[in-house]
Amino acid sequence: MSKKVKSLADLKKIKSDVQQKMKLREQGDHAEQIVQIKVAMATCGIASGAKEVMEFIIEELDFKGVDAVVTQTGCMGYCYAEPTIEVIVPGQDPVIYGFVSRDKAREIIEKHVIQGEMIDGIIPVTHKTIDDEEN
Amino acid sequence: MDTIKLTIDNKEIEVEKGITILEAAQKVGVHIPTLCHMKLHDMGIENKPGGCRVCVVEVEGRRNLAPSCVTEASDGMTINTHSMRVINARRTVTELIISDHPFECLTCAKSGECELQDLAHDMGIREIHYEGEKSTYREDTSPAIIRDMDKCIMCRRCEMMCNEVQTVGVLSAINRGFNAVVAPAFEENLDHSVCTYCGQCVAVCPTGALTEVDHTPAVIRALSDPSKTVVVQTAPAVRAALGEEFGYEPGTLVTGKMAAALRRLGFDFIFDTDFAADLTIMEEGTELLDRLTRHLNGDKDVKLPILTSCCPAWVKFFEHQFPGMKDIPSSAKSPQQMFGSIAKSYFAEKQKVDRKDLVVVSIMPCVAKKYECSRDEFSVDGNPDVDYAITTRELAALIKLSNIEFKSLPEEDFDHPLGESTGAAVIFGTTGGVIEAAVRTAYELQTKKPLPKLDFDELRGMEGVREATIDFDGLPIRIGIAHGLGNARKLLEDIRDGKSHFHAIEIMSCPGGCIGGGGQPYHHSDSSVLKKRQMAIYKEDGAKKIRKSHENPYIAKLYEEFLGEPMSEKAHHLLHTSYFDRSTVFEQED
Amino acid sequence: MADSKMHILVCGGTGCRASQSEQIVGDLKAELENRNLENDVRVITTGCFGFCEKGPVVKVVPDNTFYTEVRPSDVVDIVNEHVVKGRPVKRLLYKNPKNDYSVTTTSNIDFYKKQIRIALRNCGFVDPENIDEYIARDGYEALGKCISEFSPEEVIATVKDSGLRGRGGGGFPTGLKWEITRNVENEQKYVVCNADEGDPGAFMDRSILEGDPHSVIEAMAICGYCIGADTGLVYIRAEYPLAINRLKTALAQSREYGLLGDDILGSGFNFDIEIRYGAGAFVCGEETALIHSMEGHRGEPTFKPPFPSVSGYMGKPTNVNNVETFANIPVIINKGAKWFSKIGTEKSKGTKVFALAGKVNNVGLIEVPMGITLREVIFDIGGGIRNGRKFKSVQTGGPSGGCLTDKDLDTPIDYDNLIAAGSMMGSGGMIVMDEDDCMVSISKFYLEFTLEESCGKCTPCRIGNKRLHEILNKITKGEGTEEDLERLNVLSNVIKDTSLCGLGQTSPNPVLSTIKNFYDEYKAHVTEGTCPAGQCKDLLKYEIIPDLCTGCTVCFRNCPVSAISGERKSPHYIDQSLCIKCGVCYDKCKFKAIRIA
Ligand SMILES: Cc1cc2nc3c(=O)[nH]c(=O)nc-3n(C[C@H](O)[C@H](O)[C@H](O)COP(=O)(O)O)c2cc1C
Ligand code: SF4
Ligand code: SF4
Ligand code: SF4
Ligand code: SF4
Ligand code: SF4
Ligand code: FES
Ligand code: FES
Repeated sequence: MSKKVKSLADLKKIKSDVQQKMKLREQGDHAEQIVQIKVAMATCGIASGAKEVMEFIIEELDFKGVDAVVTQTGCMGYCYAEPTIEVIVPGQDPVIYGFVSRDKAREIIEKHVIQGEMIDGIIPVTHKTIDDEEN
Repeated sequence: MDTIKLTIDNKEIEVEKGITILEAAQKVGVHIPTLCHMKLHDMGIENKPGGCRVCVVEVEGRRNLAPSCVTEASDGMTINTHSMRVINARRTVTELIISDHPFECLTCAKSGECELQDLAHDMGIREIHYEGEKSTYREDTSPAIIRDMDKCIMCRRCEMMCNEVQTVGVLSAINRGFNAVVAPAFEENLDHSVCTYCGQCVAVCPTGALTEVDHTPAVIRALSDPSKTVVVQTAPAVRAALGEEFGYEPGTLVTGKMAAALRRLGFDFIFDTDFAADLTIMEEGTELLDRLTRHLNGDKDVKLPILTSCCPAWVKFFEHQFPGMKDIPSSAKSPQQMFGSIAKSYFAEKQKVDRKDLVVVSIMPCVAKKYECSRDEFSVDGNPDVDYAITTRELAALIKLSNIEFKSLPEEDFDHPLGESTGAAVIFGTTGGVIEAAVRTAYELQTKKPLPKLDFDELRGMEGVREATIDFDGLPIRIGIAHGLGNARKLLEDIRDGKSHFHAIEIMSCPGGCIGGGGQPYHHSDSSVLKKRQMAIYKEDGAKKIRKSHENPYIAKLYEEFLGEPMSEKAHHLLHTSYFDRSTVFEQED
Repeated sequence: MADSKMHILVCGGTGCRASQSEQIVGDLKAELENRNLENDVRVITTGCFGFCEKGPVVKVVPDNTFYTEVRPSDVVDIVNEHVVKGRPVKRLLYKNPKNDYSVTTTSNIDFYKKQIRIALRNCGFVDPENIDEYIARDGYEALGKCISEFSPEEVIATVKDSGLRGRGGGGFPTGLKWEITRNVENEQKYVVCNADEGDPGAFMDRSILEGDPHSVIEAMAICGYCIGADTGLVYIRAEYPLAINRLKTALAQSREYGLLGDDILGSGFNFDIEIRYGAGAFVCGEETALIHSMEGHRGEPTFKPPFPSVSGYMGKPTNVNNVETFANIPVIINKGAKWFSKIGTEKSKGTKVFALAGKVNNVGLIEVPMGITLREVIFDIGGGIRNGRKFKSVQTGGPSGGCLTDKDLDTPIDYDNLIAAGSMMGSGGMIVMDEDDCMVSISKFYLEFTLEESCGKCTPCRIGNKRLHEILNKITKGEGTEEDLERLNVLSNVIKDTSLCGLGQTSPNPVLSTIKNFYDEYKAHVTEGTCPAGQCKDLLKYEIIPDLCTGCTVCFRNCPVSAISGERKSPHYIDQSLCIKCGVCYDKCKFKAIRIA
């Protein structure tokens, strides 16, 4: 089947489908809700080891049997604190951690993901998004 | 014509739309100094990188100064060409150029002709406020040209000539910033490039960065060696330009004084390349007729059009760039080499001197001739047919060196037998001349009828590519003419692609032909100089009693006594050559 | 999974730590333990909140209460009132200066988030290698709308109304550029995306291409639709392999989806994009040089006019825009020109991404609304100067921007103000310097870059900058004269006045701005032979302060050239003619008895 988007309406349909899927992932109607972890994988992040951290997180989650999706994303802007990751626990505000080493990543999974407890090293989001700026 | 009004130095003027501030200023007699800019009017040759920034002027309402050579004049502009701000900037820029330039004027080949020197003089530069490190480069000496890039001011004229006009593409800017310089790729030497030695880069270089190799010391040595018989030949274009070096108006013919000067310099025989030019016409014209006849008789192997081959830069050009077509040009040697060949055989025999003791010097408008005479195939047992080729400029230097008061010299004649020539030979010096000379002879040989009219105006002019059809008594002969290698390339590509309909094509590397050669007195971007030289050449032709090569009695005698007939075996041996595929010459090295 | 507990987030950024945030953390933990609450409430140290001015900052989640200027003495109240009784401590809440209302939660975030992410909206949010995520965030909707619902003129009008100006440095109005290119008649036109990003301190374009390549692709297609081009070219430096790969992936995906190619979304509009690689010369970012480089010629600028809009790539009308400029376009189309133009100052709309670097605590990529002050950027977002040193200067505009001082800290940042202050927006480098930086060395440093990167085509830039550098070098060596300062000024102005392209026209900015703003420092170099910042090695003088010297002989024993003499237990002495300024004595002296003069 061709993936070609044939019209604007078509595009909007894809958009709502994808949004639906992502919502599912975030709010999940089944008991086991899915945690999402984004790793900032831009040149700066990779240079400070983001790739290794991402691999470690995937392994560790697997090892601990946590159902979570790990995705890569671009630069979050906190270059002074690379590698940075964002942890999104369903129903809660996303939380960004900086200086994520393997140890830190293990702790984040252990405490934040599994026990729901935040740990030191949070980087507060210091920007507004285009939706915040709606008014 | 759309016009605009603007004010330059408080003068209100109305000029055509689309011209630059520099051009507008020239129209009201305001002289704005320039350095990198160069324009040969009506020849489609212009260099305007806008790089030197010497020509800046103040335009009201503009944030920074405007380079007048590239800024279009626009309606309502108010321009000041010599405010304090402008003068300070211009002086500073000039000082900067000089600060990165060797202080070698006293010993520089360009001294007196150098545009940077003139600029410094006109601006009254007495002190350099910004002295510092100078950029230095390895000097590059080739058979014909010396590159001393320490003196390069990055005007890029040479680059424009080599790339845009000649489409040879040897010179281009390399490196960045302070180390930027114009050079062959990978900073190789010229003799490791596809340079044709046309010398057009030398002809336009404002400084002493590009000059011809100086052969005057060798000539002086030969002249003062009693064991040598030294003969000299002078190319047709030289007599139309040499006078400029001695204060004559461009276009003044100084043939007689030149012969007198050469005699005073101590040459044993003053001969004329024009004699060899007539010989060339005999050979080349015969070859043309031969190919033509075979073609008309249905011979499929015969190559047409035939291309002239008297310009060595052009020969080197097609050897590098179109080696697949090397059997198309005429196999006739250039006049310089025919002369050398005949001098060191026929004349040497007549004089009973060994060729080793006969020194042939040629005076050429050309830089490439230095290279040509050094080609291996033009020597016998290591002894070259032509020993030294010096340029018009070098001859002037020799005359000055020898305390000869050129202007007060009498008019003298060339010597015999190799000094007699026809009007047809004289016009070799300009674009269109070789083919016109060939037509004069070929027509009469082919039709066996006398030409009704000798001046072929349809072949004359300064257009880069010209064509004409000459009626050979019912047989239309289509002639093409190109000067400047870029124009030649167009015709060659047509031939390669089977689109050419010409029977014969004349090609000269230098814009204008040899009158605009790289060894001529500097034209300093004034194209009227070239036109005046061209007119002088046609004037000399018109004044000649004999104007067709085949009517030159000494040529007839040469065939009678020595060569037999045109294209005979002996003629072939002495007067013809073959060409090489140079397309891969430099590839093995990397 | 455990219930989400209460967390108290205490800012552990440098600014807040300086005002006792560490003690607050300790006190909070102790107080919670006192009340046996340590298992229910967690105290967490975070990075900078970007509100250092009002630090220390404390935030309580999940209710998102935000306290500012918290003192250790407030800890008891926070625990007593907020944690135990669930009542926010009113007096610690931030008061909105405009209406004096207390702001309770961070949902009313306006007050401290100084950054707005428009160009970077998807960076760090979507997976750049997944087109679906982009589409889910309104991706390609702007393109879809443009080509199926609006005429090119209408789209151009929107871009013009938005007030968007080029982010590549020049600040030329983007809509106007599109209109000019549209109005030049030609069968073939091109859209070029300038991703050369030669400014060594800047990396926003790279980040956008790495984090959100589709936004650039979408915007280029919109531009193509507007100006009448079917081909786009991205000129990107070859040293950006990740950005190149992400861009390639994105291009393949959009082609697969039919968002590039022929008859996009059934509209009849065709557009595709090719990638061209640059060798990474700074001057190749200049648009005419960039075009020559793409054409296979030497990357050097040519005189404008003709502008690329009239005669660009292959002599065809070409619209050149910067990556960040493009990244703004889809948002402008989706949210409208009005929405966009509300952000920023009168003549500079929207936001600008800066690469904040140098001596600030929070170096990084930031996106701020035009009109924000340098003070806010450096002290709030940047978290102030590292190691508690004093702010000295900030350099904006990349290697050829100017150095601004504390006088300029409250200037709202926009194109025109920065130029008026003697600097420029440039592509968005922002480097902060502290009292340890010598401004003569700084301008020398920037000139070194320009020297490397000048193409060498025009005299003032090729030779003039070299001479400027030589003079500065002289000054930092202590061989300068007052005449040299005059020469620097004259020469700098001539270079600005006569250079061919933007590189030379701006290269003396660091010199001119530092001479203007730090004249005394220059003067000290030439008249007193000293470097006030202690950076110019040749001008350093290590001296022993006799009153502090105990005669321990450590310096004497460690000096590699035996320049130090003195009796045990009596003050030592450094022979300046022998000293090679290695600084060993300074480092070794335990009594701080050696000073740098
Ligand atoms: C020396 C020099 C370097 C430049 N480098 C860049 C660059 O790296 N990226 C860029 O987008 N623009 C650069 N520019 C500006 C471009 O010439 C051009 O103005 C810009 O790409 C236009 O896009 P905009 O209108 O979207 O800013 C540079 C200009 C100069 C003079
Ligand atoms: S090139 Fe000109 S300025 Fe330079 S040394 Fe020669 S004459 Fe003097
Ligand atoms: S001599 Fe002619 S071909 Fe050789 S570099 Fe000069 S211009 Fe080019
Ligand atoms: S070599 Fe001569 S013509 Fe060529 S750029 Fe240098 S100064 Fe100009
Ligand atoms: S045209 Fe004449 S001067 Fe020029 S290279 Fe050829 S032979 Fe020499
Ligand atoms: S200002 Fe510098 S970079 Fe620009 S053209 Fe001149 S030499 Fe080249
Ligand atoms: S003459 Fe105009 S810039 Fe050189
Ligand atoms: S807000 Fe706490 S250090 Fe910036």
